[in-house]
Amino acid sequence: MEKDMQTIYQSVLSRGFSRRDFLKMCAVLTASIGLDYSQNSEVVKAMEVSKRVPVIWLQLQDCTGCSESFIRSSHPKIESVLFNMISLEYTEALSAASGHQIEEARKHVIENYPGEYILAVEGSIPMHDEYLMIGGVSAKQTLLETAKHAKAILAYGSCSSWGGIPAAYPNPTGAKPITDIIKDKPIVRVPGCPPIAEVMTGVIAHLITFGTVPELDHHGRPKAFYRHRIHDKCNRRAFFDSGLFVESFDDEGAKQGYCLYKVGCKGPTTYNSCAEMRWNGGVSYPIQSGNPCIGCSESNFWDNGPFYTRMAKIPGTQTTINPEVVGAGVIGATVAGIAVHAAVTAVMNKKSDKSNKKDKVDTSDKGESREEDK
Amino acid sequence: MAERIVIDPVTRIEGHLRIEAEMHNGVIQDAFSSGTAIRGLELIVQNRDPRDVWAYVQRICGVCTSTHALAAIRSVEDALDIKVPRNAHLIRDLMNAAVMLHDHVVHFYHLHAFDWVDVLNALQADPKQTSTIAQSISNWPKSSPGYFKEVQQKVKNIVDSGQLGIFANGYWGHKEYKLPPEVNLLAVAHYLEALDWQKEIVKVQTIFGGKNPHPHYVVGGMATPLDINSDNGIHAERLSHVSQLIDEAMVFVNEVYIPDVMAIGSFYKDWTYGGGLNNYLSYGDFSTGDIRDVNLYRMPRGVILNGDLSNVMDVNPKDPDQVKEFIDHSWYTYDGQASGGKHPWEGETNLNYTGPKGSYSTLNTADKYSWIKSPRWKEQSMETGPLARMIIGYAAKKPEYIESVDSALSKLGLPFAALQSALGRTLARALEAGLVSKWMRDDMDSLIQNIRNGDQVTFNNSKWDPSTWPAQSKGVGWIEAPRGALGHWIRIEDGKTKNYQAVVPTTWNASPRDHKNQIGAYEAALKGTPIADPENPLEILRIVHSFDPCLACAVHLTDLHNDQMTEIRIG
Repeated sequence: MEKDMQTIYQSVLSRGFSRRDFLKMCAVLTASIGLDYSQNSEVVKAMEVSKRVPVIWLQLQDCTGCSESFIRSSHPKIESVLFNMISLEYTEALSAASGHQIEEARKHVIENYPGEYILAVEGSIPMHDEYLMIGGVSAKQTLLETAKHAKAILAYGSCSSWGGIPAAYPNPTGAKPITDIIKDKPIVRVPGCPPIAEVMTGVIAHLITFGTVPELDHHGRPKAFYRHRIHDKCNRRAFFDSGLFVESFDDEGAKQGYCLYKVGCKGPTTYNSCAEMRWNGGVSYPIQSGNPCIGCSESNFWDNGPFYTRMAKIPGTQTTINPEVVGAGVIGATVAGIAVHAAVTAVMNKKSDKSNKKDKVDTSDKGESREEDK
Repeated sequence: MAERIVIDPVTRIEGHLRIEAEMHNGVIQDAFSSGTAIRGLELIVQNRDPRDVWAYVQRICGVCTSTHALAAIRSVEDALDIKVPRNAHLIRDLMNAAVMLHDHVVHFYHLHAFDWVDVLNALQADPKQTSTIAQSISNWPKSSPGYFKEVQQKVKNIVDSGQLGIFANGYWGHKEYKLPPEVNLLAVAHYLEALDWQKEIVKVQTIFGGKNPHPHYVVGGMATPLDINSDNGIHAERLSHVSQLIDEAMVFVNEVYIPDVMAIGSFYKDWTYGGGLNNYLSYGDFSTGDIRDVNLYRMPRGVILNGDLSNVMDVNPKDPDQVKEFIDHSWYTYDGQASGGKHPWEGETNLNYTGPKGSYSTLNTADKYSWIKSPRWKEQSMETGPLARMIIGYAAKKPEYIESVDSALSKLGLPFAALQSALGRTLARALEAGLVSKWMRDDMDSLIQNIRNGDQVTFNNSKWDPSTWPAQSKGVGWIEAPRGALGHWIRIEDGKTKNYQAVVPTTWNASPRDHKNQIGAYEAALKGTPIADPENPLEILRIVHSFDPCLACAVHLTDLHNDQMTEIRIG
């Protein structure tokens, strides 16, 4: 089943980049998935020998918000994800094919890439088969059939991770997370409503680069992105500690950026990267924009409201990490952010310099031979 | 001999849509549109705090994200008689315009273009000629032969890799693709550019609403504080960022999107199918004053029946005799009855699936066949969306609408009637993006002027406390969403959501037959269309996609059944 396929390294070369560019990309990736630079050589090696990993993306009881978030990824850019890193062979949102043709595409992946493809799942699944049918069979059966030969499964969003909004009271369909259906495969929970774009693509980058599931917490979430509460990294944290609170939206405290806890902020109980990575390429996140967090990456958050009522007490003011490590993490993230930006800029400049130069690449190159820097 | 084509699922839409078409001598004789999945949001919001409802119903749809939230917010503000500050109104309009532009562009390039553009055929193109074409239709700077050669190489690499990804199993090579290779290459280049641009325009929502998809709103205004002298408020840097995004959007819409639609459309002028009902509905939106000042709407309100442009009728979403949802061919009951129509304030969501048990090859379309209800205006089927709005704006003699439509049609050498087609719908969407991008610029200028005048208020807290509310109230929130007229009807009792009904654009457009056996907009648009190859019914996708379907919107009720065939059947 050896096909005429390029490795990621070859793919990068054939797009007009040099080996030096490629190494920079690997450095960016290393930083963006939260590794230190000593691990860069592993990233380089993985990207040299990996084919584009086939991905099947199933949409169950969903709103397509996770797919939409995914395509907002800034680093890596979605074009790079779709055409350099993965081969998204089945997606109801973007696939050219409809009807039986798209179903054939899914089966083709299962048959030709057993144990090699990633299954991404968006949306919850109802308890009874007849509530969700795909291709004349139940969605549950399709999910199990597709999961069976998957290398890994990504539960994208709070619906597939926890049940999400279809499972909110009174949960009329008996909606369940996919972790209730699939028990024999590694499942990475990537919760959020939706998850942050770069978290979604970052998890894929980890899987591809290392061929392993990232280190997960006891809920199955990647520690790289869900280790801390938003409260721990919140830009308004100093005001919480000082007891300065917004009492009403648009009051003087709101304009000064005081803590939103008293208007219902769920940051103290929500594990997510919003405060650190922020949204849409780092532009903002709800708290920065003056809105209390609704805790959208937490299990059962829809039934933990009302949203604008403060919690009686803050559970677990202590994280599992000692303050020194937390501090190092913050500095590390800042440095990585700068490195990412610098590397991307460097690569982009390089690319525009010589967009037409390289049209050919020796596809027999398996990564052993090195094209040296100019 | 009659045969039935089934497409299920229809991809490149939001949600799960099934189309069954009866063919006779190669032409669609009759068509049936079915929503085969439902969720439970209207039931789930019952008894919740009305101030929280926006977040729940926002999850009706992650594609037209924010439109349902705003409709919900407006319904509560209508019920409680809350007037929002000028700045909040402007910020909401900026956010709504951002999603409108995002949605229209993504729809054209990423959901619809493959119905007109043969990606693989782009490999045959001469990049120099593509460059010449690109430079003849637009001033967009990315137009050199080298640039298009690079794009072509990207496509070649994907094809050579043997992993086609999202292009896998498309209808490539279908004889209904009419573009020369050079124009196909141009479209593929802009597919990739639009993919990059779409992540930018949504930052308007991120700045004001904290994230996208699913930004935050608040009943009474916006929680985002304006304070040009605070490091935590919306200040000059944030405003400049928004302003820049708007400028870039205007350029992208006017130099890439509209010229592409015109160029591609010019090769399909004789493909005039997909018109449909000729009944059009718009609630209107983008008020230059308050949302309740209907006379100040830039996007006008109205109804046109049977294509009669001389008579734009008024619409009142509160009138119990105007908007009603019928269930005669939908899997619901009203008061225990299997038929009838109700105004949304009286609406019910009692599920009653009577379709085939287990797998099915065709639905019993003589009976009930969809989870989508049939909304009707004065018991008439309606089309809603960009085409409806452009035609209503034209008929209402709005100068900018007339100028936009006349100019585009004269460039293409087409009569007005050509608008009433799948291609016309796609053109209307692009032209509307041109208007909305201009209004967005105007709204931004107004916001800055307002701040300059010393007004930095974004929130009205006078009715925030539920103790200030009447024991019972009801309201309607309407909005023109990318796909059309969206209304949310709420009843509030004792501080809780007593009842909630959303009637959304795709419910209008994708509705099944009603109590009078009147067909819905998709069904009407498909009738009479010749299908060249029933195994590869490109024409059906072309017409259905021209409406930009959003099925999770259309069927937001309990997910009792999601029966998908995932196949094209011929039987």
